[in-house]
Amino acid sequence: MSATTPERVYAELTKGIWRENPIFVQVLGMCPTLAVTNSVMNAIAMGVATFFVLVGSSLLVSLLRRLIPREVRISTYIIIIATFVTLADSALEALVPAVHKELGAFIALIVVNCLILGRQEAFASRNPPLLALADAIGMGLGFCIALLCLGGTREILGAGSFLGVSLFGPNFEPWVIMVLPPGGFLMLGAVLLLFAVLRQRKRRPKEVGA
Amino acid sequence: MTTPVELTVGGATRSTSSLRLVATLGIAGLCSGFLLSASYQVTKPIIDANKAEQLRQSVFEVVPGSSAVQRLVYRDGSLTPIGEMEKTALPVLFAAYDDAGAFRGYGIMHQGAGFADQIVLIYGFEPESRRIVGMRVLSSKETPGLGDKIYKSDAFVSNFEDLAAEPSIVVVKDGRDAVNEVDAITGATISSKSVVKIINESVAFWKDKLPAPGSEPPAPRPGEGGQP
Repeated sequence: MSATTPERVYAELTKGIWRENPIFVQVLGMCPTLAVTNSVMNAIAMGVATFFVLVGSSLLVSLLRRLIPREVRISTYIIIIATFVTLADSALEALVPAVHKELGAFIALIVVNCLILGRQEAFASRNPPLLALADAIGMGLGFCIALLCLGGTREILGAGSFLGVSLFGPNFEPWVIMVLPPGGFLMLGAVLLLFAVLRQRKRRPKEVGA
Repeated sequence: MTTPVELTVGGATRSTSSLRLVATLGIAGLCSGFLLSASYQVTKPIIDANKAEQLRQSVFEVVPGSSAVQRLVYRDGSLTPIGEMEKTALPVLFAAYDDAGAFRGYGIMHQGAGFADQIVLIYGFEPESRRIVGMRVLSSKETPGLGDKIYKSDAFVSNFEDLAAEPSIVVVKDGRDAVNEVDAITGATISSKSVVKIINESVAFWKDKLPAPGSEPPAPRPGEGGQP
């Protein structure tokens, strides 16, 4: 791996937001993505909790990368991740009990979000802390943005509101299916399709030019 | 990021002693344990206080006009005050009082099976007229968009603002026309029936345990009332 230059840090920071977005491009962490994006508030809380866990554990794993023997690295990552998740869980319960109630078991399930373990194995364990931090912040932001896209559209269509504020007045008949589990699959499918089309569009002019 | 992972099976390249492996995991677990117990110490009182406060607010909501609350436990055939945080296996309920300290009604918690998982609710009971005067769902996992109308739909919740509890509450599908009827939510009949069943069970349970109307325990003295 190359040295920690400002350009490198910037590249690691931005790649997660769009080019390697964990949900839209890597299609990782589908369980929370589908389960809790039925409202904007839930999406924000899940995004923030995942961001905190990802950044915290990436930094720690990167700092300890020379001390952790290869044979037990996955178990050690899981201990580190689980600790951060439990901290986030009790912090949410103490600070925003209403949101914690709504998210229920999905907070605890951040432990097994493959996005987080994936970043430890693929990046944080092989790179110095600054790069690992940049990578985690980028990936965490990308995850938040993706959850917000899904949560926003699903709440607008499925409940006719945004962050609980009614948008279309009392005569709007909500598409209940959008806030139910199948709506998550429909919306995710539509968004992935959109991304595939966008990427193809971007590629085509270059091919023509060459 | 693209370098393949090398697994050293059988100690071909560089094997680590098992002692080091055990020590690494042990130390990691120990540190994690310390951190978690520290955070538990900090957050537990806040979480408990939040829950008690939420419960108190919900009693005020289900018993209109109330502004003070006292937790009571049913012990040896009568209701006696008990601390809000105190744990007990005996049945408990809340007595609600207005500003002047006059008794307004009971807030009673009960739970039972819903369409998905347990529904925990609290309802206000006015013993003199034997009526339900309010209902709030405290926790449930009913289907979003359908079953969750048991607490999101004002039309359904308002069924419980003036509802005769006897002989028993019944669920109807074509609009209320008797004082003991509840109009079911379209598309969530099971959730509606579950709520009514939970209340019916609880009313039947408390029926012979509540003191005669007018002889409820007095309001707590100012300064200690409603405080944990």
